[in-house]
Amino acid sequence: MKIAFTINGQAQSVDIADGNTPLLWVVRDILHLKGTKYGCGKAACGACTLHVDGEAIRSCSYAVKFAAGKDVTTIEGLGTRENPHPVQQAWMEYVVPQCGYCQPGFIMATAALLEKNPNPTDEDIDNNIVNVCRCATYVRMRKAIHRAAELKQSTSPTTNQ
Amino acid sequence: MKSSRLLFILPPFLFATILLAANMNSTENPSDDPTSNTHPTESDENFDKMMAVLTHQRCINCHPSDNIPKQGEDSHPHYFGMARGAGNMGFEAINCNACHQSENNDYSGVPGAPEWSLAPESMKWEGLSRTEIAESMLDRARNGGRSPHEVLERLTEHALVLWAWAPGIGASGKPREAPPVPVDEYIEAVKAWFEAGAIIPAE
Repeated sequence: MKIAFTINGQAQSVDIADGNTPLLWVVRDILHLKGTKYGCGKAACGACTLHVDGEAIRSCSYAVKFAAGKDVTTIEGLGTRENPHPVQQAWMEYVVPQCGYCQPGFIMATAALLEKNPNPTDEDIDNNIVNVCRCATYVRMRKAIHRAAELKQSTSPTTNQ
Repeated sequence: MKSSRLLFILPPFLFATILLAANMNSTENPSDDPTSNTHPTESDENFDKMMAVLTHQRCINCHPSDNIPKQGEDSHPHYFGMARGAGNMGFEAINCNACHQSENNDYSGVPGAPEWSLAPESMKWEGLSRTEIAESMLDRARNGGRSPHEVLERLTEHALVLWAWAPGIGASGKPREAPPVPVDEYIEAVKAWFEAGAIIPAE
């Protein structure tokens, strides 16, 4: 079956036998966008988080057929080296990653949160950012999330998307 | 002499025996005493079947009384601190649909069905008795303003309810447990219970 969608602003179409194939596998193995990570495969750790129509979803538990006609954003489409997304900028400022494997998922989850809640409290962060980091970078992440909220509010959305 | 004595003793004895038997009969037959409910009626049997399903964890897990969805056959609190949130869908950036779609996902073992969400706060069933659940279900103030017919339709036709019989596999790859009554039997029982007046038996 052929499934067409937009990914990081580009129209894309994949021909795949099983429409239930996780979007994660399509993104990584067919479209070769390796920034989105496979962690648990059970929608538990959040390493595979990306955006579908602006909503954070666990792509290991999202059948590619559901992406038809939708707008998918991965970590590769969030910002650029020259013009990072406020969340990426804050992550760099606080040197958040340790091993780094889970960080794209956290960054995507945070970017989705800031779209819905531009100034999250610690409680909002606890409720919404439930990904898992085995290096336990949570303390730096919390600081970076607050910093990202500041950066996002001080910059024009058009320069970061 | 002995037979003539018996003629005097037997009639009152027989009369008393007949009265006693009649009295016993009247208390054993619920149809003679509408307040009595010592023996199950057909409506009660339908109620039993319906409630065996509605009190099963496939239903109750998403009708929590503490705003925390439950998971699994042991109804443990949903992992990752998930809670009701606004609109019964969790939190802004991590809502039900971050993981649950409109179908089960056999790759991840995450269940899914159309309109996957917690039941509204007014429909808290966890910890209630069967009769309390039935009362809640029929109460327009708590059932989303539904008429009995609309409740019947919801219970027998809605994809999220019927998902209970096709709950997919869990994270370990094992099939989830379905309710203890087959779906056709459940639907028949629910329809019959409503047709009989939706009488909630005493417990």
